Amino acid sequence: MMLALEMFRSVPRTMAGKAIGGRMPGILSGYAAPLRLVTIQEPRLERPGWARLRTRLSGICGSDLGMLSGRTSLYFSAVVSLPFVPGHEVVAELLDDCEDLPAGTRVVVDPVLTCAARGVEPCESCATGATNRCSRITVGHLAPGLQTGFCKDTGGGWGQQLAAHRSQLHPVPEGFSDEQAILIEPLACAVHTALRAGVTSNDRVLVSGAGSVGLFATLALRQLTGAGEIIVVAKHGHQKELAREFGATEVVAPGEVLRRVRRSTGAFQLKPQYSAPYLLGGVDVAVDAVGSKQSLETSLNATRAGGRVVLSGMPAPADLSAAWFRELEVVGTYASAQSEESFRIATDLAATDAVQQLAKNVATYPLHRWREALDHAHSAGRLGTVKVAFDPRSTR
Amino acid sequence: MSRPGFVLDVDDRTPPLIVHEGLGFRLENFPLGTRVVYPPESLPAVPDVDQAIREALLHPQDMDPLPELLFAGMKLTIAFDDLSLPLPTMRAPDIRGRIIEHVLTMAADAGVDDVELIAANALHRRMTAAELKHIVGERVFRSFYPQGKLYNFDAEDRDNLSHLGTTEKGEDIEISKRAAESDLLVYVNVNLVAMDGGHKSVGIGLASYKSLRHHHNAKTMVQSRSFMDHKHSAMHHSAWRIGRVIKDTVKVFQIETTLNNDIFPKPYDFLQKREWEWSVKDQATMLGMRRGLSVAPAKLKHKMFHDLRSVYGLTGVNAGEVEAVHTKTLEKVHQQQLVEVQGQSDVLVMGIPYVGPYNVNSSLNPILATCMGLGYYFNSYLGQPVVRKGGAVILYHPLNEGFNQLHHPSYVDFYEEVLAESTDPAVVGEKYEQQFAEDPWYRHLYRTSHAYHGVHPFYMWYWAAHAMDHVDEVIWVGADRKVASRLGFRAASTLADALEMASGTVGTSPSITYLHNPPHLLAHVR
Repeated sequence: MMLALEMFRSVPRTMAGKAIGGRMPGILSGYAAPLRLVTIQEPRLERPGWARLRTRLSGICGSDLGMLSGRTSLYFSAVVSLPFVPGHEVVAELLDDCEDLPAGTRVVVDPVLTCAARGVEPCESCATGATNRCSRITVGHLAPGLQTGFCKDTGGGWGQQLAAHRSQLHPVPEGFSDEQAILIEPLACAVHTALRAGVTSNDRVLVSGAGSVGLFATLALRQLTGAGEIIVVAKHGHQKELAREFGATEVVAPGEVLRRVRRSTGAFQLKPQYSAPYLLGGVDVAVDAVGSKQSLETSLNATRAGGRVVLSGMPAPADLSAAWFRELEVVGTYASAQSEESFRIATDLAATDAVQQLAKNVATYPLHRWREALDHAHSAGRLGTVKVAFDPRSTR
Repeated sequence: MSRPGFVLDVDDRTPPLIVHEGLGFRLENFPLGTRVVYPPESLPAVPDVDQAIREALLHPQDMDPLPELLFAGMKLTIAFDDLSLPLPTMRAPDIRGRIIEHVLTMAADAGVDDVELIAANALHRRMTAAELKHIVGERVFRSFYPQGKLYNFDAEDRDNLSHLGTTEKGEDIEISKRAAESDLLVYVNVNLVAMDGGHKSVGIGLASYKSLRHHHNAKTMVQSRSFMDHKHSAMHHSAWRIGRVIKDTVKVFQIETTLNNDIFPKPYDFLQKREWEWSVKDQATMLGMRRGLSVAPAKLKHKMFHDLRSVYGLTGVNAGEVEAVHTKTLEKVHQQQLVEVQGQSDVLVMGIPYVGPYNVNSSLNPILATCMGLGYYFNSYLGQPVVRKGGAVILYHPLNEGFNQLHHPSYVDFYEEVLAESTDPAVVGEKYEQQFAEDPWYRHLYRTSHAYHGVHPFYMWYWAAHAMDHVDEVIWVGADRKVASRLGFRAASTLADALEMASGTVGTSPSITYLHNPPHLLAHVR
């Protein structure tokens, strides 16, 4: 038996989340979330390529918070299987030998449950390495679940143990701290974002948001693309400093974005009736790293005609008029693809000084203090934290 | 007979004195020994304005009478100062309109039918039709505006600019093509202060950025000591060089006017009286106004002040060759505004009123307030600054009016982006001026809306460069602390606090001079 946080089906709590989760996410996730601390059987998958893992750290991601506070679209209800143990940013150690990896190896988990993990013939996407686009995420020998942490069979990082397939495992290099390693998965997503952004030499890029998604996207864009100016939208003081360290050319407050983009691109600004202003002209590429309506609309409104808007955060409903009128390419970027070697590149990025410094500020909580952890994660920006994680080994 | 200006030494019998602070004023008790510089009282106005205008046009300085310069088939252009002068706006009829009517009458008598009227607004905002009508008068407006013969100068209309060459110092001279190609260019000015007029009229009022950048920059402004003394102002030296080249190409008939100090009409006239001479009625009006202003919403206060129209009297009108005319003009300006001041002081105190040249019918944003205080008022001297090198300046203004998005869009970016990085005029100019000057959106707004040119906030900041270079401390009394900090200054709640804050620079018993301005004054510091 093990201790784990479990997300369960609760219509009243989900309804409450839908109703007020957007406005009072902290209160809801703390006291009315469909989450409970339980003692359950460890996940066990007696199939080739699978192994048990003991969680060392598991991060709290924005998508986890959205799910718990009811802000996530019901679109995703078909690709999860309740009840499940959340946690898809995981650094763990192997309890069993797993093919070439001996027991005791410290690994990070690529959470996407691909055809390989499900024991089915590779779909078209998996066959080409675009594993994050797998079409078989509801079939095979696993319950539906787009990722580890959303599937009732595999468990997740918010439990003391989980199960993972060899195709998901990436050994952690010697010398990496657990806090550093926990950042590899979100960095891999950022690598994928940067590669999907289609940035060409000297393109002007806007990154809306300076939480972990925005900061890592900034780092990846700076390191992996020929981006010229990178303007990052940051709300809090420490985010502004970090954004500069991670490669931002300019950091602006949310209320200043359009004005600053307009200035640096020489665009024209229009003010429609009863609506937010927008630009004619603007950046070549905008990355929405928040997923809120405001952030997405800012990204759309600040991008030049024919430019590209990358959805890095899980998007909220928003006015897409600009996408139509300015013929924008709206590009989704979900998780990471094995063909891009995102985890290898992310591991290199995690070794940089900037990320190492950031890793020292990862806040960890034991499972039984989950309410505090979620509150902290909800207010991470304000509290000067970039990543909050559970440490299921800890009892304090 | 009007009394001359003088310097009052504050003693224990001195009542609290008026200090302007934006959309309001306060009564301040100055420390004993403070010197208060009062402007001269209003000079008497000329008894017959039309006669004075005719006299000037028929007997000009160093030029033939105007009728002899006019002939059928000629191309005549009349340019005139825009709404930045005078301050506050003159009650109708505006003196420029009256002069233009005389010029047009003479032109009609000579059979001239190719006439255009251009507001010489340089990089200032386009005036509205109503503002143009106020200046030129209804008859002229109706005759020329609908035909497109009365318009604002457009410094970004490349097709209608003419490059006349460069000065011996390599300064470009690019002005209105229509003006440059005219057989006669008549310029009608209002010489409110000594800085105005002369070669500054055509050489700046009808010039493009390409031309203006040579003298509107931090380096030149720091060397202009002061703007009110064209013989010691690097900016004016440049304008004079440019003007002399223009004179070789274009026949300019300059008409300059001077006004007296009647800037506050009844019932605000107590503001230009000496406080100890206030009648009971003046005191009652003052108290009523203070009480009203303390409870009035900002919009109402704004309307109350900005609807104010001054009843200036004309003290002189001179016409003819630019430099000869300007010499006469300056004599009159000095007669009205000059005050002898003996020696410099450690601290200079100035109250910033609600209006400056660039916020007529608009708001005095923090950059304009700085320009008013450290630009225009600080530079209201001949000889040497009123405050010693390394001294302190104390200004009164709340700095809380915000920005007018219609008139000052580039100011917002300048405040938020440029000043956040540096407040050094030379540094910001070097890095950002050209970007702002060539920003297509600002250009668009300048040309089609009513926005000041993108580069204009830089010019405002440059105006203050000399003061920033000269003094060690600038403190704003009653100002928003955050705004003052963004500008690179400090804020204090009271004069006593400000003096305490400045004590590190000027000691605990500094000599203080307060410029009781407005009405306009020019301190001649010996």
